[in-house]
Amino acid sequence: MTMSDLFQDYSEAAGRTGAYDEMFAPGQRARQSYGQVAGALRELSLADVSARADSMARTFLDRGVTFDFAGEERPFPLDIVPRVIPADEWDVLERGVAQRVRALEAFLNDVYDKMTVVSDGVIPRQLITTSAHFHRAVHGFEPAGGVRVHISGIDVVRDAAGTFRVLEDNVRVPSGVSYVLENRRAMAKGLPEAFGQQLIRPVEEYPRRLLSALRKTAPSGVDDPTVVVLTPGVFNSAYFEHTLLAGLMGVELVEGRDLICRGNRVYMRTTAGEQRVDVIYKRIDDDFLDPLQFRSDSMLGCPGLVNAARAGGVTIANAVGNGVADDKLVYSYVPDLIRYYLGEEPVIANVDTFRLEEKEAREHVLDRLDELVVKPVDGSGGKGLVIGPDASKEELEALRKRVIADPRGWIAQPVLQLSTVPTLSGDKFGPRHVDLRPFAVNDGDDVWVLPGGLTRVALKEGSLIVNSSQGGGSKDTWVLAGSPQVPVERLPQQSVTVRERVSVWPVESNWRDRQSEQQQQQISDAQEVTANA
Amino acid sequence: MLSRIAESLFWIGRYVERADGTARILDVHLERLNHLPTEERRSVARELLGVMGARPQSEDFGLEELLHALAYDKHSATSIAGSLGAARENARRARETVSSGLWESLNTTYYGLNQHRKDVVGTYRFCHWVLERTAMVSGLADTTVSHDDSWLFLALGRSLERADMTARMLSTRDVLSAGMSWVNMLRCAGAYESFLRTRRAAFGDQHAAEFLLLDRLFPRSIVYALSDADECLAKLDPSAQRVGFINDARRIVGQARTFLEFHRTDDLMSELPEHMERVQKAVAQTSDAISRKYFNQADELAWVGEVS
Repeated sequence: MTMSDLFQDYSEAAGRTGAYDEMFAPGQRARQSYGQVAGALRELSLADVSARADSMARTFLDRGVTFDFAGEERPFPLDIVPRVIPADEWDVLERGVAQRVRALEAFLNDVYDKMTVVSDGVIPRQLITTSAHFHRAVHGFEPAGGVRVHISGIDVVRDAAGTFRVLEDNVRVPSGVSYVLENRRAMAKGLPEAFGQQLIRPVEEYPRRLLSALRKTAPSGVDDPTVVVLTPGVFNSAYFEHTLLAGLMGVELVEGRDLICRGNRVYMRTTAGEQRVDVIYKRIDDDFLDPLQFRSDSMLGCPGLVNAARAGGVTIANAVGNGVADDKLVYSYVPDLIRYYLGEEPVIANVDTFRLEEKEAREHVLDRLDELVVKPVDGSGGKGLVIGPDASKEELEALRKRVIADPRGWIAQPVLQLSTVPTLSGDKFGPRHVDLRPFAVNDGDDVWVLPGGLTRVALKEGSLIVNSSQGGGSKDTWVLAGSPQVPVERLPQQSVTVRERVSVWPVESNWRDRQSEQQQQQISDAQEVTANA
Repeated sequence: MLSRIAESLFWIGRYVERADGTARILDVHLERLNHLPTEERRSVARELLGVMGARPQSEDFGLEELLHALAYDKHSATSIAGSLGAARENARRARETVSSGLWESLNTTYYGLNQHRKDVVGTYRFCHWVLERTAMVSGLADTTVSHDDSWLFLALGRSLERADMTARMLSTRDVLSAGMSWVNMLRCAGAYESFLRTRRAAFGDQHAAEFLLLDRLFPRSIVYALSDADECLAKLDPSAQRVGFINDARRIVGQARTFLEFHRTDDLMSELPEHMERVQKAVAQTSDAISRKYFNQADELAWVGEVS
């Protein structure tokens, strides 16, 4: 079986979806960026492909690259066909993501300060104050280090016309970057041919960038800041990611009970006594962070953290209260926020969004519920989302009632045919819908966007929901470097000769046994295997 | 104990560790090699083989030949299959002294050598499997053999070979300087996480090399391995407690280790090739000295022969 068999009927199936296919232009011609991948797949038979897919899945299980699904550890499915982004497209995405992060950063600073964005009439005050994640507890102070959105994940999709659009912003606890790192390692061994000679931008520097940004935003006056990752614990669905990031940054992974606040400083309990903590990379929800301020029944946090942050004794990344910026109703204002704060036009457009609080929009939407996607404003992981065309009459009726009861709580968007990438399913490749979550790290001076990001794929045919909790998998995401023809750096044998020979060892003493040392490892053909050498 | 048995045990230690080190080196370099243009791939493959201590058999030496030479060639003690075969052969000759656990794990490993696809992707799995098997052999040697002289010889061979392998690994950096990052060097030695925990925010070639060369607590570092070897030698020959060493092996290992440990430098990277060369030399000399002292009284035999 050859590639043509593996891709049999692909173009028909892709045509049926009406979506933009990332790998093939109409007529099943591989796009230029996919040349190398297509070439590698052409050489493989079904047996090869399945053997490699199995091997990759086993590696993930062995390494514990799993997510928690209903109390069970499952390997995160990684498909063998990567998602490739050419340099020029990435350039746009990178600028667009960085721009958005800067705007959201400015917005959050404003929201928790003077709210000029309200007084200038860009966004209604009520919209901010009714957001479930607007936390008055952190109003009126600038966080230590001056950054609020250290880490963000901006979800981007491609519509049927091939245009990138932002689907949502994640500036609270964006997860998934561990899969980006693991996917690349697995792919390098699973489909080595496809890497070929094209330059794929590396992702392995992420932990270093993250650590350096976290250290840079430490409270002032700390010379050698101690960074920790705060996890809710082993039962969290993203626990694997917490351990991986802490490990790769070489910092402690702490739980709430390991921390203690005293005198507006934070310490961790160690075998050598209490040790000051300067920067906390927070991987738990604000609601559970500090029982003094938020849910008093939380066992996951540490009492006093918010006060310590207010006093400037600790940096919390991301800052408490960021949720107001990724509220989906605020999302619909982000293009305006970009114009307002940065004086720029948005590089990447939003998806058209109906605000259901507005009477006209609401009526319009309620008439067409069966054609639209309706989402709760503060949901994540695809929870509560209703896709009109797929929903039953009863579901739509229930939705109608909930929207009327709480119009602030919902937004509606047209159904987007997310772009597709070939994905192994059974014995051939079929088109499956994907999204993309690029990750950005902000150190206060500079927003760095990890080349690529997490491509999630809906493994079920026709499905538009890519969340891992709902049958989604992922793909390795390759960003091609500048010009695809750049040869790998050539250093023609100069490495040894250029370097000056320095000799620092004492002159060799005269051991008795000089004769055979040179040949120690050089086994001649004549010698038997059994002769030890 | 019999010299012959001691020799076998010493070489089991060396061969198993050699298989382990070669698998680590191959695994990491394969990834880089695979991305090079064909011509460059050839020359790098050739150099890599040179660093591992062998010469290409023919002019036409590419990736496939490298895989054969370093992984699957049963007739070469440089390759993984060859080393594991030789380790098993040694165990077979000392079968009455090694524990059945150790023998069986070596034997099973030997019979498992053929059950792998010999292409690039298969070789990744193969390397992974080899690391698992050698860890198992090593663990069984540590837990099922009394830590008497016989175990000491095994441990001695293991630590000497480990120092040698780490030195070779660091030398491979020169071969592939174009694409070989310190991250890969550390992964190669399984030292990545340990390094990160000790060095916090300090990254870079220099730190990574320093860690693999000089760290006193990381078991695969050269200084650690040499100290281990020194300890084994001291236990094997408790006679020279007070002054000096009559044992050449101890002298060579000790000098190399102390030189590295007490050496002060501002530019480790430029000295690295010399360090690596000298470490490999010291290991070879030590091994010779050990053979002379414990295994084969070749000199004496020759003299005896003259008399009769």
